[in-house]
Amino acid sequence: MCLSIPSKVVKISDDKTMCTVDTMGVQRDANLMMMEDDDIVIGDYVLLHIGFVMNKIDDDEALASIDTYKEILELMDEEDRKKAILEDDECEARGEQYTEEIKN
Amino acid sequence: MAELELKNLYDNFRDGNTIKAYAKIIAEDAQKLKKPINIMEVCGGHTHTIMKFGLPQLLPDNVNFIHGPGCPVCIMPKERIDHAYVLSMQPNVILVTLGDMIKVPGSNGSLQDARAKGADVRFVYSPMECIKIAQENEDKKVIFFAIGFETTTPMTAVLIDQVIKQEIKNIFFHINHVTVPEVMVELIDSRDVHVDSYNNQIDAFLGPSHVSVISGSKIYDKFPKEYGRPVVVTGFEPVDAMQGISMIVKQFAEERCEMEVQYKRVVNYDGNLKAQALIEKYFEKMSLFRWRGLGNVPDSGLKLREAYDAYDAEVIYKDVLPIAEIEDHKLCICGDILRGMGSPRSVPSLELRVSLLHL
Repeated sequence: MCLSIPSKVVKISDDKTMCTVDTMGVQRDANLMMMEDDDIVIGDYVLLHIGFVMNKIDDDEALASIDTYKEILELMDEEDRKKAILEDDECEARGEQYTEEIKN
Repeated sequence: MAELELKNLYDNFRDGNTIKAYAKIIAEDAQKLKKPINIMEVCGGHTHTIMKFGLPQLLPDNVNFIHGPGCPVCIMPKERIDHAYVLSMQPNVILVTLGDMIKVPGSNGSLQDARAKGADVRFVYSPMECIKIAQENEDKKVIFFAIGFETTTPMTAVLIDQVIKQEIKNIFFHINHVTVPEVMVELIDSRDVHVDSYNNQIDAFLGPSHVSVISGSKIYDKFPKEYGRPVVVTGFEPVDAMQGISMIVKQFAEERCEMEVQYKRVVNYDGNLKAQALIEKYFEKMSLFRWRGLGNVPDSGLKLREAYDAYDAEVIYKDVLPIAEIEDHKLCICGDILRGMGSPRSVPSLELRVSLLHL
């Protein structure tokens, strides 16, 4: 229930109560009544939850995290990186294995 | 700095290489731990990520999870589900709720069962859909059975606000909103003399993502200060989760005990103040709310303020709503599991074990 979807604001209604957002190619309407009037502008990234915009995503903070991840990846040695790519394909299987463990 | 694109918000926070890189960092820091640590992810969204991406398998043996109580549907006691069922059976009533509630069983069955018996029960994506349903059914009473943590409470408050402003006469509310910090306290320091929380095994909390977007990270200040438990507010993507776990392990390795925010791209200290003001305007604390598996938790539930009694289905229908508490199954050890003093594996009944997995 509490999962929210990052989306981009593409249109805002004149009374600023509704907006249209793009979620990876899918457009939908979202309610803006939980946000102050000038909080959101077209082009902002927002979090969407049960039809409402619940907050703006801070571009700088998101980019800072992405930069941190790049730095961390650079610290991995070549062998670890190869292993990581291989194991990336196995994450779903890992999830299923964990669920099985709990069941038994 | 490069420009952010929408796909970055998905791809970069799910990147397998980064997940593995954090696994390595956690393993290194975990070597400095003096004893194994148990991290509770409070929120069901985190549990979903942890299970889906098999994160425990990437962690060293001395870093473990205790899966928390953060699903507002699973924790709903039977008597509240019974309220929904009874309300749906009243004449001229349309009961509206979020889809998550469909299959949760009460004493008489689930809302899906009520619908099979002819009740008009509708499941919506957003509470605001109630307005359209009410306008299309002016001769009916639309009751919104409201559920959810702080994440979802302000959306109910917006609906109430609009019902009043638009003078809509046929929408009513049955409120079941619950709050996170109070149940976190209950798990580590229960005020119930019958509950032994003294031996709980929770060493740190992975703080919820979207509860914190609304309430701000300030609601966790007391956990490191008063209870000696670090909290790291963490996002829902797998890279977020691994970074959050890494931050907790680092705190223990460096013998720190703090509240930190990993999910800085959306969570700040104060939270969404407009949403908080809407909650404050329409809701007040209930002295007790009963959680399935945990029993009565002080101050953990919200109800409509008395000024809005005319919209409160619990007041309007008080003569038909059952008031008796329904005890949990006597073999249920959910409370012990949530305190890390029991394991799902030790649930004696297979039927209960299966239902636990489906919660």
